[in-house]
Amino acid sequence: MNKIYSRPKALKDVSTHYCPGCGHGIAHRLIAEVVDELGIREQVIAVAPVGCAVIAYDYWAFDCSEAAHGRALAVATAIKRVRPETIVFTYQGDGDLAAIGTNETIHAANRGENLTVIFINNAVYGMTGGQMAPTTLLGQKTATTPLGRDAQLQGYPLKISELLAQLPGVKYVQRTSLQSAQDILKTKQAIKEAFKNQMNNAGFSLVEILSPCPTYWGLSPLKSLEWIKDVLSKEFPLGRIK
Amino acid sequence: MKELRRKILITGNEAIAEGALDAGCRFYAGYPITPQNELPAYMSRRMPQVGGIFIQAESELAAINMVFGASAAGALAMTSSSSPGISLKQEGISYIAGARLPAVIVNIMRGGPGLGNIWPAQSDYFQATKSGGHGDYHCLVLAPSTVQEAYELAKLAFYLAEKYRNPAMLLADGMLGQMMEPLVKTSNKEYKLKFKKDWALTGCKGRAPNIVKSFYMREGDLERFNLTLQKHYQLIQAKEERYEGLFLKDAQIILVAYGTMARISKVALHTLRKKGIKAGLIRPITLWPFPKKAFVAKPSSKARYLVVEMSYGQMLEDVLLTVRDKEQVEFLGRAGGGVPSEEEIIKKVKKIL
Repeated sequence: MNKIYSRPKALKDVSTHYCPGCGHGIAHRLIAEVVDELGIREQVIAVAPVGCAVIAYDYWAFDCSEAAHGRALAVATAIKRVRPETIVFTYQGDGDLAAIGTNETIHAANRGENLTVIFINNAVYGMTGGQMAPTTLLGQKTATTPLGRDAQLQGYPLKISELLAQLPGVKYVQRTSLQSAQDILKTKQAIKEAFKNQMNNAGFSLVEILSPCPTYWGLSPLKSLEWIKDVLSKEFPLGRIK
Repeated sequence: MKELRRKILITGNEAIAEGALDAGCRFYAGYPITPQNELPAYMSRRMPQVGGIFIQAESELAAINMVFGASAAGALAMTSSSSPGISLKQEGISYIAGARLPAVIVNIMRGGPGLGNIWPAQSDYFQATKSGGHGDYHCLVLAPSTVQEAYELAKLAFYLAEKYRNPAMLLADGMLGQMMEPLVKTSNKEYKLKFKKDWALTGCKGRAPNIVKSFYMREGDLERFNLTLQKHYQLIQAKEERYEGLFLKDAQIILVAYGTMARISKVALHTLRKKGIKAGLIRPITLWPFPKKAFVAKPSSKARYLVVEMSYGQMLEDVLLTVRDKEQVEFLGRAGGGVPSEEEIIKKVKKIL
């Protein structure tokens, strides 16, 4: 019998620390599959965020750097400039990329740095206990919006991908989700596109992935996937933004 | 060789940049702030000439984290700023120390606290020498007092940063940064950087993946790492103290000053000697490690120390920790742009004796 499915070489043979139903494990695997398929494992340098994926480097089998909270794109900018022959990507959550790191995000994009960004949007801070994220929906209850996010007090969900798409230095922006098998396949295609762009020196590419957080949404893993489909992706529409 | 002997008229800021380039620095990221602006401007011109990378960052935070990334990728990397900007960089400096990365940070100090002013000061001594960011770490801190020395110590800073995989800081003030003096470029023989960087991120071709990080979550790991750092700091303290000592053998009064303040103290010292007052000088060149050995060979138990600073008793604390006798240590300091003059030093010495 032929083996048709196995662990990617770019993924270490260890179990992850993520909660049941979390999307990070799927996203990690998709990246590892793409890295294998493009044959770039020995060229890749990842920059891990501060957030739930802080120890992503314990799961991937390629070179990785940590970055201070929000500074992944500053770190990645320098790595890529110093080693243009490598393939550099950041993996960041909504708090890291769109709150504390907004400045680094916008300016790396605006410089048109030849980088790949994998942006995990789960509308909440996971690692610190489910606080409001810049992408938290109006009315969504979190540890710091116990009555639900109120536009008068906390403003609106930040659509950073749409913002970044305005910048001339940005080549590619795509929003996908991990809501269904089909969406997961589309996510993989988008990740591949974002890596290929860098290999072709095309410039800044970003894939925003709507990802489930059952723990801090207070939903079962299955209900979380439904919530992405019925609620989250209504506020953050899927598809090619640029 | 003749070319090397040529004198160049250059500012302290530019001399630091030139020293960095001669040490092999090929990555610079910075953000505008007075009084260090000549340094990034010089780098923006010179880096492309030597095949290096210059980035004007969007903030001090981005600049120091770019230095983190460049160093993680194996480059000799530097950033510079002045006091408020250095405060912003502290988080990044702590990460650099925690990830055991070599890097050079230049602080051309101005008056504080807050926005302060753009006049020269030495008020960031505590921040520089006592680990300005979070966690138990130290930067190596070097304090030049002339433009020539600014160039030399920039080279030494890279050498020490690479040797110990530790951030090194050049601590000077706005006066030294802005003043012009002749510089004679020197050979790089003594600072040949041949340190193996098998930890650097290069893509894991033919080896196991490298991880650059400062995060130790499992019980006991971080404490063990801290103990490793402490051992490493003890080694630096044992080996890297540097100072200049003048007339220490017969001195009744020993001035203790660094950087610009040491220059003024030197003038005062010679004037005092002409008047028959046996003055000496200890000029710390490394502020961390603080040169304790300079205080070991004190001439007589009656000799007194006068610490002179452009700050209010910051280095004084290290002198007191070293001498351990409050009665023997006097202090003169001004800050916020005020600079103790030769006359003020002489007056204070006469009052003491």
